[in-house]
Amino acid sequence: MASRGTTATVQDSPDDEIHAVAGGRASGIPLVGKGEEPLIFALSVKGRKGFQLPDTGVPDLPAESLLPASCITEQPPALPEVSERDLVGHYTRLTHRQYSLDLGFYPLGSCTMKYNPKAFDEVASLATLVGVHPMAPPHATQGWMELLWDLEQALCRITGMSAFTLQPPAGAAGELTGLLMVDAYHRACGRRRAVILIPESAHGTNPASAKMAGFTTRVIATNADGCVDLASLQESLSDEVAAIMLTNPNTIGIFEQDVERICSLVHDAGAVAYYDGANLNAIMGVTTPARMGFDIVHLNTHKTFGTPHGGGGPGAGPVGVRSGLEQFLPGPRPVLDPSGRYRWDIPEHSIGRVHASHGNAIVLARALAYILSNGADGLLKVSQVAVLNANWLMNVLSGAFEVPYGDKCMHECVLSLSEYKRKYGVRASDIAKMLLDKGFHPPTISFPLVVDEAMMIEPTETESLQTLQAFVSAMLDIAREIDIDGSVPAKAAPVNTPVGRVDETRAARRPVVTST
Amino acid sequence: MLSAIGLRSLDDLFSDIPPAMKTVASMDLPPGISDPDVISRMRKTASANRPCGDDFVCFSGGGSYDHYIPPVVTALASRSEYTTSYTPYQAEVAQGVLQALFEYQTMVSRLSGLPVSNASLYDGASAVYEAVNMAMAYTGRQGVWISRGLNPRWWQVIETQLTGRDVTITGIPLRGGMTCWEDSGESSSSDDPPAAIVVAYPNYLGVIEDLDAAGDVAGALGALLIVAFNPVAMGLLRTPGSYGADMAVAEGQSLGIPLSFGGPYLGMLACRDYLLRLLPGRIVGATTDNDSRRAYTTTLRTREQDIRRERATSNICTNQALMAITAAIHLSWLGPAGLEVVASRCLSGAHYLHDLLCALDGVQPLYEAPFFNEFALRVPVEPGALLERLADEGFLGGIELEGESGATGLLVAVTERRTIQEIEAYTAAFEKAMR
Repeated sequence: MASRGTTATVQDSPDDEIHAVAGGRASGIPLVGKGEEPLIFALSVKGRKGFQLPDTGVPDLPAESLLPASCITEQPPALPEVSERDLVGHYTRLTHRQYSLDLGFYPLGSCTMKYNPKAFDEVASLATLVGVHPMAPPHATQGWMELLWDLEQALCRITGMSAFTLQPPAGAAGELTGLLMVDAYHRACGRRRAVILIPESAHGTNPASAKMAGFTTRVIATNADGCVDLASLQESLSDEVAAIMLTNPNTIGIFEQDVERICSLVHDAGAVAYYDGANLNAIMGVTTPARMGFDIVHLNTHKTFGTPHGGGGPGAGPVGVRSGLEQFLPGPRPVLDPSGRYRWDIPEHSIGRVHASHGNAIVLARALAYILSNGADGLLKVSQVAVLNANWLMNVLSGAFEVPYGDKCMHECVLSLSEYKRKYGVRASDIAKMLLDKGFHPPTISFPLVVDEAMMIEPTETESLQTLQAFVSAMLDIAREIDIDGSVPAKAAPVNTPVGRVDETRAARRPVVTST
Repeated sequence: MLSAIGLRSLDDLFSDIPPAMKTVASMDLPPGISDPDVISRMRKTASANRPCGDDFVCFSGGGSYDHYIPPVVTALASRSEYTTSYTPYQAEVAQGVLQALFEYQTMVSRLSGLPVSNASLYDGASAVYEAVNMAMAYTGRQGVWISRGLNPRWWQVIETQLTGRDVTITGIPLRGGMTCWEDSGESSSSDDPPAAIVVAYPNYLGVIEDLDAAGDVAGALGALLIVAFNPVAMGLLRTPGSYGADMAVAEGQSLGIPLSFGGPYLGMLACRDYLLRLLPGRIVGATTDNDSRRAYTTTLRTREQDIRRERATSNICTNQALMAITAAIHLSWLGPAGLEVVASRCLSGAHYLHDLLCALDGVQPLYEAPFFNEFALRVPVEPGALLERLADEGFLGGIELEGESGATGLLVAVTERRTIQEIEAYTAAFEKAMR
């Protein structure tokens, strides 16, 4: 993108040119108007069947002859009774009521919603990968073990860590795993430490994971630059502190320039420096968590390595450690023998299993495919363009919206929309709904908590300049509409979506979580 | 774009990073290759695997089962609106995923016989772990009794994840393949009762546990009853809810999800109404939009980590939504009749094979207890060596029991996919391998 040398800004580009460019907006929503899709249970007709099973020739033995009568059910669960055709109709119509990354721009800050290359769908469906039983003996799983080994080596090189576990099935599970290793490390040193330091701007998973690992948390203040307040850190450090959890670049999208100093203060206090890899997409090939001084790192494959997010999951949350901490890693883990064969190994002081098998293996295979495809040069380019796109957006949007911290950002930027709340009573969440009407998935709102009426934008490297321009144009249109009509259009939005503003208060006040 | 923002080079973008911290050389990784080259390279690596199929017929279970997955389920669940969307933060453009998850929650509720479900956890192990956390939060107690009939690898995960907290885990041994609650011994007297008791149904050895007995124990202790059930078995067996379980958890892999070397799978968790606000992770609720049309949204969000932080009910953020949607589609394809047929065939096939194998010289059932789709055998040879020989004959022959559940021997599973020819060929190979 940079090689095009464009100097285009929104001001230079006539609106119709922007609108002519595909890829920026999901103009197809809604595809089927405002009609509701009934629940699958409403499509059910008694006795209708969709399933077909092969003829196995196995004699059918009556359950009553094999099991105690007391445990046999009178009738099977009330599942839907539909034909295959009706099944396909229903779950296809539901997809027409769903935004997706394939459909358009998805700039959720902190989520790194980059395009997921289609080639890797084929990798993820190889029968030689999906058909393998997790309890098959090592001679039948050498391919999987090699794949996991290759991924581990690649992640070590990207982060500067010396070994990884691939077991954690998501980022938060990775955090818990890392913190259990922190606890194991301190115990091995003959001490218990109770406190995890967490910056004000941290992801909510950090304090929640700390609690689940048995720690208490202490909050570190954010300074005027949006970074860790060193005085607050120094005050908080003591021999009670087990670790600090830090995201860098942080959740405001700013690189913590004092990170080396932070890590060394933490180390001086006998504590561990834990890197939350949520924002690794900003720094690949530029620097590493190891260079910053971190000891333990978790990554989110769906963020940095392009694995599709699946409407909420599955993810994978590999955890890396610096040299000296490998002995605490979960096991079993694949290791390469001098013979060229792979075998399972349990590290000497392993914290134990954190997954019943080997982690979300298919997701890990996709992550390796992504890394192989990009290589060293490609991953650097990923980070460069991700940061370029975010800076371009921030620069252009700063003309109309408040940027609370700094004049530069890394891979994401944060706006404060508090002016709209003050002047018009329009919240960031209202502006998000207005964006929906313009065909865009809105950025993350109300996070990070240190910014009033935050809107956190992460364009990622896979979106074109034209897409970014179309987004800016939509944001400026919204600003204009509010300036003219105040809160009226904001409170009415969205109107172009399959349903209007959803009543979340009602959902929470009288929860209905299953159909009767 | 660079000049538009006043920069001259891509390096200028990273001027906030202290120079000393930048990597001098590029990452020690090979250069990138084309997508087709990636596919062929990974295909080649994967060719060193032996997947289950016609030349490696699967008789292994242990929490991962070789059930039939129809093309229609794969096709629907692969639609990119399901695969490439994020967590449904903007409900107005996420009605597809939200409604599919609401349908999933309803199906989990009907399978388990309990009124409330969340929108998925990572897998069966994490579902038990979270259920135990819920029980401790609800009762204010810091201990749990877990049957040794629970999958030993789930056990290990739960033990690992509870190490940092002062939680007493008491393992209740098996006798005759079934949990022997009287053997809970002196370790946990009535003045230190557990928050919950956990029992698997069927258990790891395939045995159908007596849930009435488990319920009585839980009742006497004032503990919650957590049942780890097999969703496919619900085609034949009474639900955990019908036995008075407070919570039911399951591994949902059997519902349209491939073996996949162990993941991604699906953690199912259902509970009673009074536990709703302690549920971990996303929950989808029904509501209306501003025009009174039916709509869905994630709800009771104040339980969750991004709002409640260290006071959240769990740290879970990313879950297994796509697997939950897959399971909902698969269950809709099966319907009640299909689930019953699958369950009956698992039951029949397992008993048919069990009787063939037990007729072989020196092979004995480890237990006489009733079982569903899986059973444990005592064999006159070393089980590991037997499995090696079965592999040479084209069979993934089972799982070696290494005392985890107090049993030594071989664990064999049969699903609705196994034909009579495969079962008989396996029996012949089994006999040959023992010679």
